[in-house]
Amino acid sequence: MSSLTTILRGNIRQYGMIIALAAIVILFQFTTDGVLLKPLNVSNLVVQNAHILILAIGMVIVIVARHIDLSVGSVAAFVGAVGAILMTKHDVPWFLAVILCLALGALIGAWHGFWVAYVGIPAFIVTLASMLLFRGLTLVVLEGATVGSLPQGFKDIGNGFLPEIGPDTDLHNLTLLLGVLVVALLVFFDFRKRAASKRYNFEVLPFGLFVLKQVVLGAVILEFSYLLADARGLPIVGLILFALIGIYTFIMSRTVFGRHVYAIGGNVDAATMSGVNTKRVDFLVMTNMGLLAGLAGLVTTARLTAANPKAGVNFELDAIAASFIGGAAVTGGVGTVIGAIIGGLVMGVLNNGMSLNSIGIDWQQAIKGLVLLAAVAFDVWNKKRTAGTGGAGETEPTPPPPDELVEEMAHLEAEPPGVR
Amino acid sequence: MAQPILEMRSITKRFPGVLALSDVNLAVARGEIHAICGENGAGKSTLMKVLSGVHPHGTYEGEIVYEGQPVEFTNIRQSEAAGIVIIHQELALIPDLSIAENIFLGNETATRGVINWDEANSRAIELMARVGLRENPLTAVKNLGIGKQQLVEIAKALSKEVKLLILDEPTAALNDEDSNHLLDLLKGLQGKGITSIMISHKLNEIARISDSITILRDGKTIETLDVTAGGVDEDRIIRGMVGRSLEHRFPDHTPQIGDVLLEVRDWSVMHPMDHNRVVIDRASLSVRRGEIVGIAGLMGAGRTELARSVFGRSYGSKHHGTITLGGKELRLKSVHDAIKAGIAYVSEDRKGLGLNLLDDVKTSISSAGLDRLRKGLTVDEREEVLVAERYRRSFGIKAPTVTTGVRQLSGGNQQKVVLGKWLYTEPQLLILDEPTRGIDVGAKFEIYGIIQTLAREGKGVLVISSELPELLGLCDRIYTLAEGVITHEFKRGDATQESLMRYMTADAR
Repeated sequence: MSSLTTILRGNIRQYGMIIALAAIVILFQFTTDGVLLKPLNVSNLVVQNAHILILAIGMVIVIVARHIDLSVGSVAAFVGAVGAILMTKHDVPWFLAVILCLALGALIGAWHGFWVAYVGIPAFIVTLASMLLFRGLTLVVLEGATVGSLPQGFKDIGNGFLPEIGPDTDLHNLTLLLGVLVVALLVFFDFRKRAASKRYNFEVLPFGLFVLKQVVLGAVILEFSYLLADARGLPIVGLILFALIGIYTFIMSRTVFGRHVYAIGGNVDAATMSGVNTKRVDFLVMTNMGLLAGLAGLVTTARLTAANPKAGVNFELDAIAASFIGGAAVTGGVGTVIGAIIGGLVMGVLNNGMSLNSIGIDWQQAIKGLVLLAAVAFDVWNKKRTAGTGGAGETEPTPPPPDELVEEMAHLEAEPPGVR
Repeated sequence: MAQPILEMRSITKRFPGVLALSDVNLAVARGEIHAICGENGAGKSTLMKVLSGVHPHGTYEGEIVYEGQPVEFTNIRQSEAAGIVIIHQELALIPDLSIAENIFLGNETATRGVINWDEANSRAIELMARVGLRENPLTAVKNLGIGKQQLVEIAKALSKEVKLLILDEPTAALNDEDSNHLLDLLKGLQGKGITSIMISHKLNEIARISDSITILRDGKTIETLDVTAGGVDEDRIIRGMVGRSLEHRFPDHTPQIGDVLLEVRDWSVMHPMDHNRVVIDRASLSVRRGEIVGIAGLMGAGRTELARSVFGRSYGSKHHGTITLGGKELRLKSVHDAIKAGIAYVSEDRKGLGLNLLDDVKTSISSAGLDRLRKGLTVDEREEVLVAERYRRSFGIKAPTVTTGVRQLSGGNQQKVVLGKWLYTEPQLLILDEPTRGIDVGAKFEIYGIIQTLAREGKGVLVISSELPELLGLCDRIYTLAEGVITHEFKRGDATQESLMRYMTADAR
């Protein structure tokens, strides 16, 4: 039992946000008489929030690297505007326009990265300047008007759904299939990870709880895919989003680059003295944010079927709020992609639920503000409470590793240097 | 002895795992200049922090009697109100504010929160005259030289009606002319009834100016010398400072010294901001394979600066000279280059430069050697665990598993983690900067053992330490460093604490 409390305590922010999300969903499910989780509404939730979640992925990485990007709303608007102009005024094929626009987003991100990493201007200033700059340039490009009549292929990015395959079952087969596949993969990887952790004698969830976690997680994902399949199937933008979540979770948790991002966020001086090229990491993090801002701009333009000078206003604030609600630390070094997604979903469900309850946009804003403050306050309070409990293992001798590990170490090809 | 203005009786101060002060006594007579001497870590600064309330009453044992009354300061404001002002080595001035603004910072001449600038400036001119500073009080402090900034600090102290002025290494950053001016000023203030306590490493200055000297060693009072009675010279002070019993124990070790590994020649480094200030002046040194070489120097001598400038130019500007490793001349431009070339640097600042305290043991150990764990796109996490587990076991790192957060470990165990981190980069040369600072005796012994093992494996080890017995017990050769200049080279057996200290305090330039 003690191990359970330590595990919970260590991840209280993540679990807390999942519980908060579940509570909000249940609350609105009641107050809206079940409309919240109607298939069509769930489908809308995905389509309407995808752009913020895409931005939140980039933003949490920027925040982990101890920076911020205030420009993403303006950059999204600008890239969307350029895309619309390319497709309508210059007859560029839509897929080529998409590629050019993504490159443009990355280029803008690189521009930020240059000033932040190599000149040393705080990202707050650089991206504040870009927030103004690209809002202005959006107006210039669009000449102040809304540009519509975009090709259907492009609009599908924002509004389309995966094609139907297989026999007619009243449900969207491909969506269900993907749902089952995702559950199978998650359970497989989690089992493998648990087995490895056990072998290394690391703390793991008790088996009963572990199974419960798999069952709950699997049920949620299957129910989610069922609801989508009952509506119109998985939106294309949903597929893009889930792919990005997978890719960026992998980058941040498994690659050398991800390690370097956490290292410079945790202690930039120690990272420098460990040989990390901190400038390059900063540069790439900002560049990546530009790329994702460009993508979010395309998605928004496609969903609204037009580029409009006012698009993307306040996107940056939603993305930043999602990151912090999802557990990122203002001081850097802490935060996960999944956390930011959960934070973004909390905001998205709040918006949607309050709208269904006909709460006006005025109160929606106010309540979201308080939720952000409460989430971070909870984190600060929790940190203070657990601070000073250090010294674990101080009095205990070094425990031996379990036998399996000893055996494995014996097979380790070369001794690490300096080991006696 | 005249009536004492200050008596500190049986002061004992503990930090977690370290006894910083043990039964320290200090008596300062009214109107004298009292010097406090001791090696780095002897407890001088801690004692002054106890006096000024930085370590508040209740966090230490013992009694402070000031002006005949027992006092219990709980913060600096209270001690300053009583007329005790401390001037730290790192000046606490705000560069962009004017002289007058700095003098009255926190002590503004204001009525109902509104500052009367005319009065402030005219009082500033008065105070500046008392310290011999002829400048416009509206001049920004950043436009003054370091010597004049020191005077501003003293003027600031005078504005607080100081009775007891404490100066921590006041002349460390000053040139001869400014130092002399400052020492004359202290003499002048003494004539006006101000008592001074001065912490300094510059023994010639102490012998010249002070009336009495209290020597601290390992957190204990050793003796108080009466300079006015005569017979106190630099050698006498050194004897008091270093006469330490060799309580350190070292594991048995037979050196097996090979050919030259590192050769640094005429290495000069300028200050990173001030490109004209020489920090390291034409230093030359060598380390052989299997050899443990020490660098002895006092705080501010440029030890860390020398090490970091060699380690991929991570300190300083306008580097000059050559570095050869294993017969090949190196042109290192970054820390990454240095690591690739086979150099590792274990910083003295464990928490600032050595560790990311958010990490656990395994990610800390792999953090400098991630290149070795690269498997395709990913970090080989299985290998990472095995490597970390190896170091945990081999070094006896007291952590339940390698997923324990490093923040939770004691200083000694954190240091072992840092050592593991650097060994995993497979260095040929290890530079260890204060490898046992803030570590208990047991862990020290273990770390000495690790260092000796590395030497036996044929690596070159360069150890920087403030603890002379540590260098004498560990090193095959010792260089002394003073004011950025290598002043002497000792072979094992030739050096004593006295002879090292003599070259460490030598006037090098």
